[in-house]
Amino acid sequence: MIYWELFLAFFIPNIIGYGGGPAIIPLVEAEVVGRHGWMGAQEFAETLALGNALPGPIATKMAGYVGYDVAGVGGAIVAVFATVVPSLLLMLGALGLLYRHRHSPRVKCMSQWVRPVIALMMAWLTWSFFMEGLHGAGVLHTLLIGTASAVALLRFRAHPAFVVLGALIYGGLFLG
Amino acid sequence: MSHSRTEQQSVPQSSLFWVFLRIGLLGFGGGPSMIPLVQQEVVKRHAWLSDEEFADILAIANTLPGPIATKMPGYIGYRVGGVTGCLNAVLAVILPTILAMIALLGIFSRYRNVAWIHGMGQGVVPVVMVMMGQLTWDFLHKAQLVLGWLVSLAMAAVAGALIYVIGVHPGWVIGGILVAALLRPTRKQEAAS
Repeated sequence: MIYWELFLAFFIPNIIGYGGGPAIIPLVEAEVVGRHGWMGAQEFAETLALGNALPGPIATKMAGYVGYDVAGVGGAIVAVFATVVPSLLLMLGALGLLYRHRHSPRVKCMSQWVRPVIALMMAWLTWSFFMEGLHGAGVLHTLLIGTASAVALLRFRAHPAFVVLGALIYGGLFLG
Repeated sequence: MSHSRTEQQSVPQSSLFWVFLRIGLLGFGGGPSMIPLVQQEVVKRHAWLSDEEFADILAIANTLPGPIATKMPGYIGYRVGGVTGCLNAVLAVILPTILAMIALLGIFSRYRNVAWIHGMGQGVVPVVMVMMGQLTWDFLHKAQLVLGWLVSLAMAAVAGALIYVIGVHPGWVIGGILVAALLRPTRKQEAAS
Protein backbone atom coordinates (compact mmCIF):
# COMPACT_ATOMS: atom_id res chain seq x y z
CA MET A 1 0.00 0.00 0.00
CA ILE A 2 1.88 3.01 -1.32
CA TYR A 3 0.02 5.62 0.75
CA TRP A 4 0.84 3.82 3.97
CA GLU A 5 4.51 3.52 2.97
CA LEU A 6 4.57 7.22 2.11
CA PHE A 7 2.94 8.07 5.41
CA LEU A 8 5.56 6.11 7.37
CA ALA A 9 8.45 7.42 5.26
CA PHE A 10 7.56 10.98 6.32
CA PHE A 11 6.03 10.29 9.73
CA ILE A 12 9.19 8.63 11.11
CA PRO A 13 11.68 11.41 10.16
CA ASN A 14 9.34 14.11 11.44
CA ILE A 15 8.66 12.43 14.78
CA ILE A 16 12.34 11.82 15.59
CA GLY A 17 13.95 14.82 13.84
CA TYR A 18 14.83 17.63 16.25
CA GLY A 19 16.06 20.97 14.92
CA GLY A 20 13.29 21.94 12.50
CA GLY A 21 12.94 21.10 8.82
CA PRO A 22 16.65 21.06 7.89
CA ALA A 23 17.29 18.32 10.50
CA ILE A 24 14.67 16.19 8.79
CA ILE A 25 16.34 16.24 5.36
CA PRO A 26 18.93 13.49 5.98
CA LEU A 27 16.29 11.35 7.70
CA VAL A 28 13.93 11.77 4.76
CA GLU A 29 16.77 10.96 2.37
CA ALA A 30 17.42 7.72 4.27
CA GLU A 31 13.78 6.72 3.67
CA VAL A 32 13.20 8.04 0.16
CA VAL A 33 16.55 7.21 -1.47
CA GLY A 34 18.04 4.61 0.86
CA ARG A 35 15.12 2.48 1.96
CA HIS A 36 12.43 2.78 -0.68
CA GLY A 37 14.48 3.81 -3.71
CA TRP A 38 11.72 6.18 -4.88
CA MET A 39 14.40 8.59 -6.10
CA GLY A 40 18.06 8.42 -7.04
CA ALA A 41 20.65 10.59 -5.28
CA GLN A 42 20.77 12.90 -8.31
CA GLU A 43 17.02 13.47 -8.34
CA PHE A 44 16.96 14.01 -4.58
CA ALA A 45 19.75 16.59 -4.95
CA GLU A 46 17.80 18.40 -7.68
CA THR A 47 14.69 18.46 -5.48
CA LEU A 48 16.69 19.80 -2.56
CA ALA A 49 18.33 22.45 -4.75
CA LEU A 50 15.00 23.79 -5.94
CA GLY A 51 13.65 23.54 -2.41
CA ASN A 52 16.50 25.74 -1.21
CA ALA A 53 15.95 28.20 -4.03
CA LEU A 54 12.27 28.68 -3.16
CA PRO A 55 11.00 30.33 0.02
CA GLY A 56 8.96 28.61 2.72
CA PRO A 57 9.55 25.63 4.99
CA ILE A 58 11.83 22.98 3.48
CA ALA A 59 10.31 19.85 5.07
CA THR A 60 6.87 20.39 3.55
CA LYS A 61 8.24 21.31 0.11
CA MET A 62 10.23 18.07 0.02
CA ALA A 63 7.28 16.02 1.30
CA GLY A 64 4.88 17.61 -1.19
CA TYR A 65 7.09 16.97 -4.18
CA VAL A 66 8.25 13.47 -3.24
CA GLY A 67 4.69 12.45 -2.42
CA TYR A 68 3.45 13.82 -5.73
CA ASP A 69 6.28 12.16 -7.64
CA VAL A 70 5.57 8.77 -6.04
CA ALA A 71 1.77 8.71 -5.96
CA GLY A 72 0.25 11.85 -7.49
CA VAL A 73 -1.90 14.40 -5.67
CA GLY A 74 -3.03 11.81 -3.09
CA GLY A 75 0.61 11.00 -2.39
CA ALA A 76 1.46 14.67 -1.91
CA ILE A 77 -1.40 15.09 0.56
CA VAL A 78 -0.41 11.98 2.54
CA ALA A 79 3.29 12.97 2.72
CA VAL A 80 2.52 16.57 3.77
CA PHE A 81 -0.05 15.33 6.31
CA ALA A 82 2.53 12.97 7.84
CA THR A 83 5.03 15.84 7.99
CA VAL A 84 2.78 18.48 9.56
CA VAL A 85 -0.01 16.92 11.59
CA PRO A 86 1.66 14.60 14.17
CA SER A 87 4.03 17.19 15.66
CA LEU A 88 1.37 19.92 15.45
CA LEU A 89 -1.14 17.74 17.31
CA LEU A 90 1.50 17.00 19.95
CA MET A 91 2.04 20.72 20.31
CA LEU A 92 -1.66 21.55 20.60
CA GLY A 93 -2.51 18.54 22.77
CA ALA A 94 0.36 18.53 25.21
CA LEU A 95 0.95 22.26 25.49
CA GLY A 96 0.12 22.46 29.19
CA LEU A 97 2.42 19.56 30.02
CA LEU A 98 5.16 20.85 27.76
CA TYR A 99 4.82 24.35 29.18
CA ARG A 100 5.57 23.03 32.66
CA HIS A 101 8.57 21.06 31.41
CA ARG A 102 9.96 23.47 28.84
CA HIS A 103 13.05 24.16 30.96
CA SER A 104 13.43 20.62 32.29
CA PRO A 105 16.94 19.27 31.76
CA ARG A 106 15.55 15.95 30.52
CA VAL A 107 13.45 17.58 27.83
CA LYS A 108 16.35 19.80 26.78
CA CYS A 109 18.58 16.73 26.71
CA MET A 110 16.33 15.12 24.11
CA SER A 111 16.94 17.72 21.43
CA GLN A 112 20.59 18.20 22.40
CA TRP A 113 21.54 14.54 22.29
CA VAL A 114 19.96 14.02 18.91
CA ARG A 115 22.07 16.78 17.30
CA PRO A 116 25.35 14.82 16.86
CA VAL A 117 23.46 12.03 15.10
CA ILE A 118 21.70 14.47 12.78
CA ALA A 119 25.06 16.16 12.10
CA LEU A 120 26.59 12.81 11.18
CA MET A 121 23.73 11.96 8.83
CA MET A 122 24.11 15.38 7.24
CA ALA A 123 27.83 14.73 6.78
CA TRP A 124 27.01 11.40 5.16
CA LEU A 125 24.56 13.09 2.83
CA THR A 126 27.15 15.77 1.95
CA TRP A 127 29.57 12.98 1.06
CA SER A 128 26.98 11.18 -1.07
CA PHE A 129 26.27 14.44 -2.97
CA PHE A 130 30.03 14.73 -3.55
CA MET A 131 30.16 11.20 -4.98
CA GLU A 132 27.10 11.94 -7.07
CA GLY A 133 28.83 15.05 -8.39
CA LEU A 134 31.90 13.02 -9.36
CA HIS A 135 29.67 10.55 -11.21
CA GLY A 136 27.65 13.19 -13.04
CA ALA A 137 29.52 16.46 -13.49
CA GLY A 138 33.02 14.99 -13.01
CA VAL A 139 35.90 15.99 -10.69
CA LEU A 140 36.75 19.31 -12.30
CA HIS A 141 33.21 20.71 -12.53
CA THR A 142 32.28 19.43 -9.06
CA LEU A 143 35.26 21.16 -7.45
CA LEU A 144 34.72 24.32 -9.51
CA ILE A 145 31.00 24.66 -8.78
CA GLY A 146 31.48 23.53 -5.18
CA THR A 147 34.22 26.10 -4.50
CA ALA A 148 32.42 28.91 -6.29
CA SER A 149 29.16 28.29 -4.42
CA ALA A 150 30.96 27.93 -1.08
CA VAL A 151 32.63 31.31 -1.64
CA ALA A 152 29.36 32.88 -2.76
CA LEU A 153 27.31 31.47 0.12
CA LEU A 154 29.79 31.74 2.98
CA ARG A 155 32.04 34.64 2.05
CA PHE A 156 29.61 36.93 0.21
CA ARG A 157 26.41 35.71 1.88
CA ALA A 158 24.79 35.40 -1.54
CA HIS A 159 21.12 34.47 -1.63
CA PRO A 160 20.76 30.67 -2.10
CA ALA A 161 18.30 31.22 -4.96
CA PHE A 162 20.96 33.08 -6.97
CA VAL A 163 23.60 30.45 -6.27
CA VAL A 164 21.26 27.69 -7.44
CA LEU A 165 20.35 29.76 -10.50
CA GLY A 166 24.03 30.29 -11.29
CA ALA A 167 24.72 26.55 -11.06
CA LEU A 168 21.73 25.82 -13.31
CA ILE A 169 23.05 28.20 -15.96
CA TYR A 170 26.60 26.82 -15.64
CA GLY A 171 25.31 23.25 -15.92
CA GLY A 172 23.10 24.10 -18.90
CA LEU A 173 26.03 25.69 -20.73
CA PHE A 174 28.94 23.40 -19.85
CA LEU A 175 27.52 20.07 -18.74
CA GLY A 176 24.85 19.53 -21.39
CA MET B 1 -0.17 31.46 29.76
CA SER B 2 -2.89 30.43 27.38
CA HIS B 3 -5.45 31.79 29.84
CA SER B 4 -4.07 35.28 29.95
CA ARG B 5 -6.34 38.28 29.61
CA THR B 6 -4.66 39.34 26.39
CA GLU B 7 -6.26 36.46 24.50
CA GLN B 8 -8.00 37.67 21.37
CA GLN B 9 -10.61 35.84 19.37
CA SER B 10 -11.51 38.54 16.88
CA VAL B 11 -8.74 38.12 14.33
CA PRO B 12 -10.29 37.75 10.88
CA GLN B 13 -9.26 34.62 9.00
CA SER B 14 -8.26 36.71 5.99
CA SER B 15 -5.60 38.64 7.90
CA LEU B 16 -4.34 35.39 9.40
CA PHE B 17 -4.08 34.04 5.88
CA TRP B 18 -2.21 37.07 4.49
CA VAL B 19 0.21 37.22 7.39
CA PHE B 20 1.28 33.60 7.04
CA LEU B 21 1.26 33.71 3.27
CA ARG B 22 3.70 36.62 3.48
CA ILE B 23 5.88 34.75 5.99
CA GLY B 24 5.94 31.68 3.74
CA LEU B 25 6.88 33.67 0.66
CA LEU B 26 9.52 35.87 2.29
CA GLY B 27 11.29 33.21 4.37
CA PHE B 28 14.25 31.53 2.70
CA GLY B 29 16.46 28.83 4.16
CA GLY B 30 13.82 26.61 5.75
CA GLY B 31 11.71 26.95 8.88
CA PRO B 32 14.24 27.97 11.53
CA SER B 33 15.27 31.02 9.49
CA MET B 34 11.61 32.08 9.26
CA ILE B 35 11.15 32.48 13.03
CA PRO B 36 12.19 36.17 13.12
CA LEU B 37 9.61 36.88 10.38
CA VAL B 38 6.90 35.16 12.40
CA GLN B 39 7.86 37.17 15.46
CA GLN B 40 7.88 40.40 13.46
CA GLU B 41 4.36 39.85 12.13
CA VAL B 42 2.68 38.17 15.07
CA VAL B 43 4.20 40.09 17.98
CA LYS B 44 5.40 43.44 16.64
CA ARG B 45 2.94 44.18 13.88
CA HIS B 46 -0.34 42.55 14.92
CA ALA B 47 0.21 42.01 18.66
CA TRP B 48 -1.59 38.67 18.60
CA LEU B 49 0.91 37.46 21.17
CA SER B 50 3.20 39.19 23.64
CA ASP B 51 6.98 38.81 23.46
CA GLU B 52 7.01 36.42 26.42
CA GLU B 53 4.19 34.30 25.01
CA PHE B 54 6.05 34.04 21.74
CA ALA B 55 9.27 33.03 23.48
CA ASP B 56 7.42 30.38 25.50
CA ILE B 57 5.70 28.96 22.43
CA LEU B 58 9.01 28.85 20.58
CA ALA B 59 10.68 27.07 23.50
CA ILE B 60 7.89 24.50 23.55
CA ALA B 61 8.01 24.01 19.78
CA ASN B 62 11.72 23.33 20.11
CA THR B 63 11.13 20.55 22.62
CA LEU B 64 9.12 18.74 19.96
CA PRO B 65 10.39 17.09 16.79
CA GLY B 66 9.24 18.03 13.30
CA PRO B 67 9.34 21.23 11.24
CA ILE B 68 9.21 24.44 13.26
CA ALA B 69 7.59 26.37 10.39
CA THR B 70 4.36 24.39 10.70
CA LYS B 71 4.20 24.00 14.49
CA MET B 72 4.41 27.76 15.09
CA PRO B 73 1.81 28.88 12.50
CA GLY B 74 -0.44 25.97 13.46
CA TYR B 75 -0.38 26.86 17.12
CA ILE B 76 -0.66 30.62 16.60
CA GLY B 77 -3.48 30.10 14.10
CA TYR B 78 -5.29 27.94 16.64
CA ARG B 79 -4.81 30.52 19.39
CA VAL B 80 -6.26 33.40 17.42
CA GLY B 81 -8.70 31.61 15.11
CA GLY B 82 -9.56 28.14 16.40
CA VAL B 83 -9.33 25.00 14.26
CA THR B 84 -10.08 26.97 11.10
CA GLY B 85 -7.31 29.41 11.99
CA CYS B 86 -4.90 26.52 12.52
CA LEU B 87 -5.61 25.01 9.08
CA ASN B 88 -5.66 28.45 7.49
CA ALA B 89 -2.24 29.48 8.86
CA VAL B 90 -0.53 26.16 8.08
CA LEU B 91 -1.86 26.00 4.53
CA ALA B 92 -0.96 29.66 3.88
CA VAL B 93 2.64 28.94 4.86
CA ILE B 94 3.16 25.65 3.04
CA LEU B 95 0.83 25.46 0.06
CA PRO B 96 2.20 28.09 -2.35
CA THR B 97 5.74 26.71 -2.35
CA ILE B 98 4.60 23.06 -2.51
CA LEU B 99 2.65 23.91 -5.66
CA ALA B 100 5.63 25.81 -7.08
CA MET B 101 7.90 22.81 -6.40
CA ILE B 102 5.55 20.38 -8.11
CA ALA B 103 5.05 22.66 -11.13
CA LEU B 104 8.74 23.48 -11.65
CA LEU B 105 10.09 19.98 -11.03
CA GLY B 106 7.29 18.51 -13.12
CA ILE B 107 8.39 20.57 -16.11
CA PHE B 108 12.03 19.85 -15.34
CA SER B 109 11.67 16.07 -15.22
CA ARG B 110 9.59 16.03 -18.40
CA TYR B 111 12.57 17.40 -20.33
CA ARG B 112 15.25 15.57 -18.37
CA ASN B 113 16.56 13.78 -21.47
CA VAL B 114 17.30 17.06 -23.24
CA ALA B 115 21.08 17.38 -22.91
CA TRP B 116 21.33 20.91 -21.50
CA ILE B 117 18.51 20.37 -19.03
CA HIS B 118 20.23 17.22 -17.86
CA GLY B 119 23.37 19.33 -17.46
CA MET B 120 21.46 21.83 -15.32
CA GLY B 121 20.50 19.01 -12.98
CA GLN B 122 24.09 17.89 -12.68
CA GLY B 123 25.36 21.42 -12.16
CA VAL B 124 23.24 21.89 -9.10
CA VAL B 125 24.50 18.82 -7.19
CA PRO B 126 27.75 20.46 -5.93
CA VAL B 127 25.72 23.44 -4.66
CA VAL B 128 23.52 21.14 -2.62
CA MET B 129 26.66 19.44 -1.37
CA VAL B 130 27.96 22.78 -0.07
CA MET B 131 24.62 23.68 1.51
CA MET B 132 24.43 20.31 3.24
CA GLY B 133 28.03 20.74 4.40
CA GLN B 134 27.05 24.10 5.87
CA LEU B 135 24.13 22.50 7.75
CA THR B 136 26.42 19.71 8.96
CA TRP B 137 28.79 22.26 10.45
CA ASP B 138 25.90 24.23 11.92
CA PHE B 139 24.51 21.19 13.75
CA LEU B 140 27.91 19.92 14.84
CA HIS B 141 28.82 23.36 16.15
CA LYS B 142 25.59 23.59 18.17
CA ALA B 143 26.08 20.05 19.50
CA GLN B 144 29.65 20.86 20.50
CA LEU B 145 28.61 24.00 22.40
CA VAL B 146 26.48 21.89 24.75
CA LEU B 147 28.13 18.47 24.78
CA GLY B 148 31.74 19.32 23.93
CA TRP B 149 33.73 18.03 20.97
CA LEU B 150 34.67 14.69 22.48
CA VAL B 151 31.14 13.59 23.39
CA SER B 152 29.64 14.99 20.15
CA LEU B 153 32.13 13.21 17.92
CA ALA B 154 31.96 10.01 19.95
CA MET B 155 28.16 9.98 19.72
CA ALA B 156 28.34 10.69 16.00
CA ALA B 157 30.87 7.90 15.49
CA VAL B 158 28.81 5.33 17.41
CA ALA B 159 25.62 6.38 15.63
CA GLY B 160 27.42 6.28 12.28
CA ALA B 161 28.70 2.75 12.92
CA LEU B 162 25.21 1.60 13.90
CA ILE B 163 23.43 3.25 10.96
CA TYR B 164 25.89 2.93 8.10
CA VAL B 165 28.05 -0.08 9.03
CA ILE B 166 25.61 -2.38 10.81
CA GLY B 167 22.56 -1.03 8.99
CA VAL B 168 20.34 -0.13 11.93
CA HIS B 169 17.43 2.13 10.95
CA PRO B 170 18.14 5.74 12.11
CA GLY B 171 14.74 5.72 13.82
CA TRP B 172 15.93 3.09 16.32
CA VAL B 173 19.17 4.96 17.01
CA ILE B 174 17.48 8.33 17.61
CA GLY B 175 14.57 6.68 19.43
CA GLY B 176 17.07 5.01 21.76
CA ILE B 177 18.79 8.33 22.44
CA LEU B 178 15.46 10.02 23.19
CA VAL B 179 14.48 7.31 25.66
CA ALA B 180 17.93 7.50 27.29
CA ALA B 181 17.61 11.29 27.62
CA LEU B 182 14.21 10.96 29.27
CA LEU B 183 15.20 8.17 31.65
CA ARG B 184 18.49 9.72 32.61
CA PRO B 185 18.62 10.70 36.30
CA THR B 186 18.50 14.49 36.51
CA ARG B 187 21.17 14.79 39.17
CA LYS B 188 23.79 13.42 36.80
CA GLN B 189 22.71 15.96 34.21
CA GLU B 190 23.25 18.84 36.63
CA ALA B 191 26.69 17.53 37.50
CA ALA B 192 27.56 17.30 33.83
CA SER B 193 26.41 20.79 32.93
